[in-house]
Amino acid sequence: MPEQDPYPRVDDVLALHRHDPTRLVQMLRDLQEAQGWLPPPVITELARKLGVSRARVEGVAAFYSFLHLQPVGYYRVLFSDNITDRMQGSQALLEYLCNKLWVEKGKVSEDGLLSIDTTSCTGLCDQGPGLLVNGWAIPRLSRERLDEIAELILARRPLAEWPQHLFHIEDNICRRDILLDHNLTPGEAIRAALARGLGTAPARPVSGRSWREGIPAAPPGPVATLEEIKRSGLRGRGGAGFATGLKWEACRNAPGETHYVVCNADEGEPGTFKDRVLLTRYADLVFEGMTVCAYVLGGGRRPTHGFLYLRGEYRYLLEPLLACLERRRREGLLGRDICGERGFDFDIEIHVGAGAYVCGEESALIESLEGKRGIPRNRPPYPVTHGYLGQPTVVNNVETFCAAALVAARGADWYRARGTPDSTGTKLLSVSGDCERPGIYEYPFGVTVREVLEDCGARDTQAVQVSGPSGSLIDAAEFDRRLAFEDLPTAGAFMVFDASRDIFEVVRNFVHFFAHESCGFCTPCRVGTAMMRNVVDKIHAGRGAQLDLEEICRLRQVMHLAAHCGLGHTACNPMQDMLKRFRPAIQRRLKSLDFEPAFDLDAALARARAFTGRDDAGAHLPAESETP
Amino acid sequence: MNSFLLDGAEIPFEPGQTVIQAALAAGHYIPHLCYHPEFVPHGSCKLCTVRADGRPTAACTLPAQAGLKVESETEELNDLRRTLVQMLFAEGNHFCPSCEKSGNCVLQALGYDLGVMTAGFRHFFLDRPVDASHPDILLDFNRCVLCKLCVRASEEVDGKGVFSLAGRGIQRRLIVSAESGRLADTDIAVTDKAVEVCPVGVILRKRVGFRVPIGRRRFDARPISAQALEDAPRKPEHKHE
Ligand SMILES: Cc1cc2nc3c(=O)[nH]c(=O)nc-3n(C[C@H](O)[C@H](O)[C@H](O)COP(=O)(O)O)c2cc1C
Ligand code: SF4
Ligand code: SF4
Ligand code: FES
Ligand code: FES
Repeated sequence: MPEQDPYPRVDDVLALHRHDPTRLVQMLRDLQEAQGWLPPPVITELARKLGVSRARVEGVAAFYSFLHLQPVGYYRVLFSDNITDRMQGSQALLEYLCNKLWVEKGKVSEDGLLSIDTTSCTGLCDQGPGLLVNGWAIPRLSRERLDEIAELILARRPLAEWPQHLFHIEDNICRRDILLDHNLTPGEAIRAALARGLGTAPARPVSGRSWREGIPAAPPGPVATLEEIKRSGLRGRGGAGFATGLKWEACRNAPGETHYVVCNADEGEPGTFKDRVLLTRYADLVFEGMTVCAYVLGGGRRPTHGFLYLRGEYRYLLEPLLACLERRRREGLLGRDICGERGFDFDIEIHVGAGAYVCGEESALIESLEGKRGIPRNRPPYPVTHGYLGQPTVVNNVETFCAAALVAARGADWYRARGTPDSTGTKLLSVSGDCERPGIYEYPFGVTVREVLEDCGARDTQAVQVSGPSGSLIDAAEFDRRLAFEDLPTAGAFMVFDASRDIFEVVRNFVHFFAHESCGFCTPCRVGTAMMRNVVDKIHAGRGAQLDLEEICRLRQVMHLAAHCGLGHTACNPMQDMLKRFRPAIQRRLKSLDFEPAFDLDAALARARAFTGRDDAGAHLPAESETP
Repeated sequence: MNSFLLDGAEIPFEPGQTVIQAALAAGHYIPHLCYHPEFVPHGSCKLCTVRADGRPTAACTLPAQAGLKVESETEELNDLRRTLVQMLFAEGNHFCPSCEKSGNCVLQALGYDLGVMTAGFRHFFLDRPVDASHPDILLDFNRCVLCKLCVRASEEVDGKGVFSLAGRGIQRRLIVSAESGRLADTDIAVTDKAVEVCPVGVILRKRVGFRVPIGRRRFDARPISAQALEDAPRKPEHKHE
């Protein structure tokens, strides 16, 4: 033993990642490939060779759902557990597979062959239920498909040999507008940005501020492009709707050695999958928008660098995206002297996430990019001035970069012609749930909820969850509201629930989601989301009472007032909307009108009954003694 | 000198100070748990939440700005703080009467000072075994409030990295730097800053228990709101940036 390094792969992986500790999450992902989990000696070895404490490496690994510090099955099957998966029968299918393969949910089978569990929404809502097997997505589950999967597992067929049809994912584009119909050729938006402003007066200071010493005067292109983005009225598509032009300008004006362009492709909001389709079919447009941003930030005069943060669930998109980057390098659209512009150097790296919704929050995303746990930072300072490695950083959503490329190519006036004055352009919606045609719909901003419902073939609709669990749950009285920043803002999710659905179960699913995804940094969210989960489960178990509603209100206030990031601030939205608009859904679940203990004495005696082998009436407490 | 208003009182500050640092230095108390004058503010417990120009925010991480109007001693905010203390008590397993930290414990002292009279929430009863492997130090994970002070003290002052926080959500927990997971297999020493810094009863020295009888401990003598002002550096200094 002593003469041989027992874990040679650690060295290979370290070399692959240039011993760069910011790539820790990527290293852990790669190391896990070998055995499906990270044995303790591997963590020790990696920490020692990186020169950081072992606890720090273990702390990072233990943060991400898809990194395992305990032995796992050779096949790890994770059923997507969004409400839309459940509506498509995922729970019964999970049970079916467990029974078929003789394994208990959440446990590794005795022979170590497999484990079956659930995971947060995998973004296959329009073709669910979905699952991940060893990180690879499989949509449209049915008993037949699970039979096929079970056979492959029992035959121990390596994943690479599984039939491709299992992994085929549809785009389901149902309605196109200017973005999905863009017709741009690769490079067109960049060339338009380079050409823009040619002929205008050279080198004027950016919005009255002077460039810092030592940096040559800016060529007109970047400034003119920035002005165009500002004039287009483009606002971020990731949720908050911040003006993209102002963000780019603030970053451009911030001093720093390197300016970073980060594309947020974490798409973790349940019910959202439009970024998946953009990355599948429109990757060139995404990268084009990022390159335009780099041009605005760097102007070809100072260093810029790009990252795309791809959620782990979209792992299967990595190779096609890398191939697209490689092709763009060959075509002179990335790398050195882009499009022949001397000094305009920019390249893009892809980081793959590892299962953490909170990493979609921009400062948590940056922490994760730096190889840390994805915990949102204290702000100020904001990423535009102090982002990746403390440098000025723009973080934008996938769709925002696509729209920016359109503006760069076709101009602000053309773009503004679509949408409303406060919400210019178009928005992609991810439509799922109770409707005939789930999929991607592109509309000009200002479309009413009703129009979308009609187009997707929804009938007898009771409620729509707009923008996902962190957005708003609306009822039929509000279907004439408009999807736009000034009325109903949305990041794209549009989940439809018809009259047969129990809104309490919808909300309970979302409450569990937030409890599972809370990063655990701040008291209100860490403890509050878990308490909220306990309360809804208590109500679900038929032990709810009026007093529980009071606890819900208290938790809601605390999280709203004191949570550290948007996750905690919005975690109570579904509950709040149910109490406001669907009160009977929770009220009819309450057992007594004042107090009901969570503790069920008779149920607690189940173990004793099991030991004694009894289950007769005499081994149970009389029903009335349950309530004091 | 620049100043801001805290509950109507004018608080002078120096550039770089946060609201809590300036307030404490000027003799004004804002309740806090994870903030420690010798370390960069962490901002996780949220006990120090104030309203600054109306917006709720943590006072320990908020940079002081001239003219800012800060409210702290309001019914709303003290209610919030009481609820947060209750949530922390419900999360861990705190049995004060048998705890060696009783009377020296910041969480307990905050509870008394803020007037927390009831449990308020159902407890989680998380299963957190203690680690008694080390000859000189006991780790009782049941009482951790996840303030990260020990992690930072060990890294920044002791230069060791004995501790880290792991897990997510309610599973967030303290871990030690050893393959075995046992404190005995780390290079911690009983003289480390990390051992001294824990505000609650997680990291305890062995064989000194109850040497000072309960009743004559730090927060038995005076409430934490008075004690904190005594401890606060009167001018800004951050030894461990
Ligand atoms: C918990 C949480 C999760 C988020 N997830 C995403 C996400 O998956 N994708 C995204 O683009 N923005 C997400 N955001 C918003 C980002 O923080 C950020 O505002 C956005 O990426 C900025 O891009 P935009 O201006 O182009 O919208 C999330 C925010 C929070 C608080
Ligand atoms: S740590 Fe503090 S609050 Fe917890 S049991 Fe000990 S004295 Fe009580
Ligand atoms: S052990 Fe003590 S110092 Fe360390 S994180 Fe927990 S409460 Fe804070
Ligand atoms: S992945 Fe199944 S609903 Fe989102
Ligand atoms: S003291 Fe400010 S958040 Fe803990």
